[in-house]
Amino acid sequence: MNRRSFLTTTAITATVLSLGLGGAALAQEPLKVAFMYVGPVGDMGWSFQHDQGRQAVDAAYGGRVATSYVENVPEGPDAERVLTQMALAGNKLIFATSFGYMDAVMNVAAKFPDVRFEHATGYKRADNVSTYDARFYEGRAVIGTIAGRMTKTNKIGYIGSFPIPEVVQGINSAFIHARKVNPAVEMKVVWAYTWFDPAKEADAAAALIAEGVDVLMQHTDSTAPQAKAQEAGIYTFGQASDMGAFAPTPRISSIIDNWGPYYVARVGAMLDGSWASTGSWEGIGAGAVGIGEISSAVPAEVKAEAETLAAAIGAGTYHPFTGPLNKQDGTPWLAAGEVADDGALSGLNFFVEGISAQMPQ
Amino acid sequence: MITLVARPAPSRFWAWATPVLAVLATMIAGGVLFAILGKDPVEAIRVIFWDPLFGANAGYFRGQLFIKAGPLILIAAGLAVGFRAGIWNIGAEGQYIVGALCGASVALAAYPAESVLVFPAMVLAGALGGWAWGMIPALLKTRFGASEILVSLMLVYVAQNLLAWAAFGPLKNPQGFGFPGSRNLQQYPSAHNADLVAGSGIHWGVMAGFAALIGTYVLMSRHIAGFRIQIAGDAPKAARFAGVAPARLVAFCLGLSGALAGLAGMFEVAGPSGQITDSFGAGYGFTAIIVAFLGRLNPIGILLAGLLMALTYIGGDMAQLMLQLPAAAIQVFQGMLLFFLLGLDLLTNYTVKWGWARA
Repeated sequence: MNRRSFLTTTAITATVLSLGLGGAALAQEPLKVAFMYVGPVGDMGWSFQHDQGRQAVDAAYGGRVATSYVENVPEGPDAERVLTQMALAGNKLIFATSFGYMDAVMNVAAKFPDVRFEHATGYKRADNVSTYDARFYEGRAVIGTIAGRMTKTNKIGYIGSFPIPEVVQGINSAFIHARKVNPAVEMKVVWAYTWFDPAKEADAAAALIAEGVDVLMQHTDSTAPQAKAQEAGIYTFGQASDMGAFAPTPRISSIIDNWGPYYVARVGAMLDGSWASTGSWEGIGAGAVGIGEISSAVPAEVKAEAETLAAAIGAGTYHPFTGPLNKQDGTPWLAAGEVADDGALSGLNFFVEGISAQMPQ
Repeated sequence: MITLVARPAPSRFWAWATPVLAVLATMIAGGVLFAILGKDPVEAIRVIFWDPLFGANAGYFRGQLFIKAGPLILIAAGLAVGFRAGIWNIGAEGQYIVGALCGASVALAAYPAESVLVFPAMVLAGALGGWAWGMIPALLKTRFGASEILVSLMLVYVAQNLLAWAAFGPLKNPQGFGFPGSRNLQQYPSAHNADLVAGSGIHWGVMAGFAALIGTYVLMSRHIAGFRIQIAGDAPKAARFAGVAPARLVAFCLGLSGALAGLAGMFEVAGPSGQITDSFGAGYGFTAIIVAFLGRLNPIGILLAGLLMALTYIGGDMAQLMLQLPAAAIQVFQGMLLFFLLGLDLLTNYTVKWGWARA
């Protein structure tokens, strides 16, 4: 090596080192991460659980990350403005936690190519837009099994929010597994057309109780159905959060949305520069869906059966949508041993055979 | 002891001074609230009122101000005419939704044909839809004496259910993988109500809002119909002698405010919102009632009030993001504004005297 090239090399090394130090100095400044919620963080359901995930990010990274949130953001132009505000305020990773934010996310993401967006439960992606969702139907299989064992009247009630694939998956999964352990079981469905409206949810619960339902499931976020069930002396399950205040009865277990692991992983990917656009759809195995404590009202053998099922789903040895399964009108859907693929599930818009409720058109 | 003495005539000075005073009182009381929540009150007020107008990125937020204020102004302009006549249309939210549904239906029926006729047809459909929804309470009032307040309000809930049905049923995007919501009209050039100058926030709906303010001003101050409306509100008995037909007045006021609310909904669905979803109705129809009163039922007042309400929304979201103020605190803040406005309204019609009144 001659002197000249040595000097050049040294100069380059020095430059690289100083750049490297500069990069390190920049990394000291906390990464700004923002969350947009459709409800209040105190809803004890959907938005509450997303905010728990945000707090998990704070706990995991401490001073390296600065998180903020805006709650109660209506879907539509307001969402687009709030997302823009977040990007302009220097946030580099933004979580939009409601389906209806989809087009707003896509519009804003196109204007801010260096900001990364994560959209919950949607289906549109871009280089800087990921989507993520949880396989709630896996949890529904477990609580469906408990429901099938616990019903005396053989009638299970289900408060649906909206007839969208996620909810339809849950109803089908709960019904399939309830009937598996109790062939006489029937399922009644009431659509509340809301995610969070205590008055409407209570009305729906009362209507189902009047029909003789003695186990009640819900895909809406308030605790109003728990209160109605308590009066009627029937069983329920917590939704989205544990709703443990109602245990051991009427709440005998719960299905818990656990966004923390995903949020921590994605923020970590931003910190080490490995973030890439993906479509994530995790379930019990990855910890995205949890089963709340099965209360003492449930017999030990039923509890064991439910836990075994949850473990099998988590390990990937059992899929809740395994054939033979027919559609509601009797036409075949899945052959014996066949497993539903994710494409079919993510657009699911029919009930399986045996459910008498009609799908709203 | 404080006594209130009625003024012989409402004070013109206080009619204009009270809104300003109300805003100042809201800033002070709101500042106290923010201080109790552990935030710097001066900074909070600055983030809400100053930053969207003059802070960093104000260029973007000024445009958003028009987007947010546009529908409020358009709806409030129509409501103010009825309110002056003592005809209380509380259901502008429903007329807004139905106007949007009609406008979007026309666009979705025409999709994907590109034609200059699509947008005018949508405008017509939106106005007609809102007008028709407003004529229901008008008809029930003139034929059966039903209260237009109750009927128009209850029709909001009917409209909301109609909206949910449409979003999950007939107007659902066939390429939406079974998810609710219509096609996005922003991606349909013939139907898209875009900014007239990109990024300005001024779209046809905002222009229609300005036009409605001018139109209602001319109507109320230069036209015989305006005189009849005014006299019907001030002195219903005298109005009959002046040849005012109450039934026609009711139909005119509810029809006009319905049509303008319908237009607002149509411009919103074709522009900033883009699609019919079950959550499309974001409360513009109700907020516009506040705007109409905040603006003293006067066109210039409504313009300023609409922009002020828009500012509290945009600044409120900003305060949530920058200062982590809870959304509920922002709503309380907006509520304070209305409270102080109505409370201080007293000064317009009364003078305050200190000391004991003589019995």
